[in-house]
Amino acid sequence: MLELRDVIFRYPGLVMRFNFHMERGSFTAIIGPSGGGKSTLLSLIAGFETPQSGTISIAGRDVTHEPPSQRPLSMIFQDNNLFAHLDIFTNVALGVSPSLKLDEAQRQAVTDAIMKVGLAGKEKRKPGELSGGERQRAAIARVLVRDRPLLLLDEPFTALGPALRQDMLELLKSLHDERGLTTLMVTHHPEDASTAASHVAFLADGEIKAYRKTKNMFRAKNMPGLAAYLGNTPRSP
Amino acid sequence: MKHTGAKITLALIACAIFAGLLPVAWLGLGEGEKALDAYTLRVIAFTLWQALLSTAISALLGVAAAFALARRQFWGRAVLVRLLALPMALPAIVVVLGIIGIFGAEGPLAGLLPLYGLTGILLAHVFFNAPLVARLTLSALGTIPPEQLRLAAQLGFSDGAHLRHVDWPVLRQALPGALLLVFLLCAASFTIVLTLGGGPQATTLEVAIYQALRFDFDPARATLLALVQIVLCGLLGLGVLRFSSPIQAQDALRLARHRYDGQSMTARLQDILFISLLVVLLLPPLAALVASGIMSLSIQTAFFTALATSLVLASATAIFACTLAWVMATGPARVSTLASQAGLILPPAVIATGWFILASKGPGLSPVALPLIAALNSLMALPFAYGALAPALRRLLKSHDRLCDSLEISGWNRLRRIDLPSAKAPLSLGLAMAALVSLGDLSAILFFGSGQYVTLPALIYQQMGSYRMEGAMGTALILALLSFTLLWAAERGSERHA
Amino acid sequence: MKKLFLATTALLAFTLSAEAKATLTIYTYESFISEWGPGAKIKANFEKSCECTVNYVGLGDGVAMLNRVKLEAQNTEADVVLGLDTNLTAEAAATGLFAEHKQDASKAKTPLPWADPLFLPFDYAHFAIVYDTEKLPTPPASLKELVEGGGDAKIILQDPRSSTPGLGFLLWMKKVYGDGAADAWKKLKPRILTTTPGWSEAYALFTKGEAAMVFSYTTSPAYHVIAENSARYKATTFSEGHYLQVEVAGVIKGSPEEELGRKFLAFMLEPGFQDEIPQGNWMLPAGKTSTPLPAAFNELVKPETTLLYSPEEVAQNRRAWIDEWLNSQTQ
Repeated sequence: MLELRDVIFRYPGLVMRFNFHMERGSFTAIIGPSGGGKSTLLSLIAGFETPQSGTISIAGRDVTHEPPSQRPLSMIFQDNNLFAHLDIFTNVALGVSPSLKLDEAQRQAVTDAIMKVGLAGKEKRKPGELSGGERQRAAIARVLVRDRPLLLLDEPFTALGPALRQDMLELLKSLHDERGLTTLMVTHHPEDASTAASHVAFLADGEIKAYRKTKNMFRAKNMPGLAAYLGNTPRSP
Repeated sequence: MKHTGAKITLALIACAIFAGLLPVAWLGLGEGEKALDAYTLRVIAFTLWQALLSTAISALLGVAAAFALARRQFWGRAVLVRLLALPMALPAIVVVLGIIGIFGAEGPLAGLLPLYGLTGILLAHVFFNAPLVARLTLSALGTIPPEQLRLAAQLGFSDGAHLRHVDWPVLRQALPGALLLVFLLCAASFTIVLTLGGGPQATTLEVAIYQALRFDFDPARATLLALVQIVLCGLLGLGVLRFSSPIQAQDALRLARHRYDGQSMTARLQDILFISLLVVLLLPPLAALVASGIMSLSIQTAFFTALATSLVLASATAIFACTLAWVMATGPARVSTLASQAGLILPPAVIATGWFILASKGPGLSPVALPLIAALNSLMALPFAYGALAPALRRLLKSHDRLCDSLEISGWNRLRRIDLPSAKAPLSLGLAMAALVSLGDLSAILFFGSGQYVTLPALIYQQMGSYRMEGAMGTALILALLSFTLLWAAERGSERHA
Repeated sequence: MKKLFLATTALLAFTLSAEAKATLTIYTYESFISEWGPGAKIKANFEKSCECTVNYVGLGDGVAMLNRVKLEAQNTEADVVLGLDTNLTAEAAATGLFAEHKQDASKAKTPLPWADPLFLPFDYAHFAIVYDTEKLPTPPASLKELVEGGGDAKIILQDPRSSTPGLGFLLWMKKVYGDGAADAWKKLKPRILTTTPGWSEAYALFTKGEAAMVFSYTTSPAYHVIAENSARYKATTFSEGHYLQVEVAGVIKGSPEEELGRKFLAFMLEPGFQDEIPQGNWMLPAGKTSTPLPAAFNELVKPETTLLYSPEEVAQNRRAWIDEWLNSQTQ
């Protein structure tokens, strides 16, 4: 589904090199120390940055030089996913049509997506009137109406409390399964990975040091970088 | 207790204004009253008309150029961005001579534009103000959260949708204040209007006030004219500021700020066009200044004294004006924005006369001359400092509020540890802008300087007054270089923290 | 801010220490005391004989000085006001703030005999149209020719609402045309390139080559000959005569240094003062100089007829004449 081959990206002080292949339908969590290149990896895939060399393909298509809007993916950031001056309905509708010209079926799809993420009745609210969790739900609703096969998330729930984060992950997981999405999520919380992810990638020093099934990753004993990163955080069983 | 600091500052500004106006009004009590004669009405009409045209052209060119500068990376961009604020520091006559060096009878573009008349006035005003609008707009565009730029790219926004959904919300905050500033600057224009206007048909209210205060020594008329100016500009200010809306705080992550819009051919051509226009507007007169100044650099003792005086005054003004602007940014938005323009709404000549009357009743002028110059300069610099600092600062402060409240960080600690470090970018711009206003000011120094304090612009006029026109251009060149160095330092300081 | 306070304190201390000797405070215009003006040498020369310290306060121009004194009235710091001109002396006298100079006014060499009991002249010059010989080989020979003669050569004038020379040209026009001045102004209008706020702007535009003529002084060419060794700029002689500017000084009545002020006015007509005038102020001395004037001054235009309104006439009519000019130019 997603393949990065010999992708090289130079950043002041760090050279990143990615070789990475992801199966359709997998839910991969990317963990690793700050400054290791997690966000840059997502930016390269989404097209916000262009690699100096190498190829990126999604669903068998080379997208290395395509502009962000042409790539078959959606992305959710930690914050600022919504335009503050537009209400929730409009923010979600932007996922269907940036010019906001919607036919009846499309309007219905927007309403359905908003209901699906549990924001029914809040269509007319402005982002400023919603809680942090509700704003991320609205961003997920927009992903639903956009209907692209690959979903990128950059620490989407970091600002939320543990219980709320758990709820959001479950919602995300169920939508991932229902829509048959391929999901790549950067997270600071290894336990997020065990909750939702089928696979875990450990990324440090501009390289993917390991990419394994979730249960195998946390059992790995012979990876000093990972052990140091995980430290005292609760291990998966 | 809400906004206590801001309220105190606003009261302070009100006092400064009344301390200027009331003594003058009191002098003129019971004297003549024919302020609104046909002449005055004509003057008012011309003042508003040329200011409106100047503002419209400056806004169009400035905003379009700011978008182009935000979207494109090109060789020399950094220099161009720093040059944007430079005209502010140049005395009007220096700019006029620079423009004449290009479009004048012996310039390379002689005859291209009729220089004496409305065209010349507009050209000089746009030279001063289009770059200013561009600079302020560029700052505003810099406050857009980078995630939204990326989101817009991913959702495939057209340039129109980008403008509507991403840029307009921040422009709506910044533009009314910036345009009001430009309008007031042009309305209060004096040297440019008289020198390039071609004759007394081009007269602003400021000229009429100056006339009333000087030759006619008619404080009653000066007060009435000043009141007319306050009412007109004040009403206009209130009207304009109705369109600005309260800020929606969202904090940005430190992502590289890169714009993805403007990829179409039309957009590219448009950006090239406006950057070229900006370059053609800004560079040739500056080049003419450099060319005529470099031939006649004469560094004498008078120069070093003037340099030192300019620097002391500019530092004091920058610190004082930015302190005022900072405190006002914590207060109610519309009132503060309007009050920040006080130094433009009321002519400096009137404020200076009033302050002088008070000073001469008290300690006399000499002990308070320097503080008075710095205070008047601060009042004149406040609109710039506020325009550079307030929009970004409001956003920042609001985003810090909840966290700081929850951590019980407040007062001095919050200022020192949280707000000041994170506001470094807008603050250094505000400091630089205020310093530039002071560096270029002539009115305060002429009124209070008593010949003991001579700044670089005052030195320029002394040289011109004794036939040394070339020497004056040399001093002007040094003034320009000094201002450019200051801007460079300020932008470096802000980039390192952006 | 600390630096500011230090500077202010230092200044205060300096003023206090100088208090031991008598201090003569002189209000004058700023270019008089600039690096290129005659002020510094005159101060040194006077201090040699007066047992006193001269303290200049520099203001924008004569009008600014008069306004400053009016605002301060009895509290003024000035002992002497130096640099008013004859267009301002009636208003200055009306303030009642000036004392008689008690000098022999006939010692002053001015083109017209001097008799003012309050103000004593220190220099003078006739106004003149200065022209660029490279642009205008044959300048107009009279004001009438300038106004009515046609031709495309343009002139730069100063605004009489803000400038002393500007007022000078207005008075010249009035003196020559009388009641026909408004019509003459209308005829002149197409030849006026622009009207600047002050002399400096006008002269800067002129030397930048914007126009062939500028309103200035008969003495202006002397600067270009002496300082730039250039004969490019010359003054015209007008057959109707030239309007005169006389710069004067007066003593403030009841000031603690009234007598010292009178001594300064007497000194003003001596070579110790007058020697500095030609090349410091670029005006003609109103008293004896120790050496003859530089050659360039001998080649200047010497008007045969001097035109001048009395200070009282100017004070009474200035506002009306300016309005007349405004109307003629804005229709």
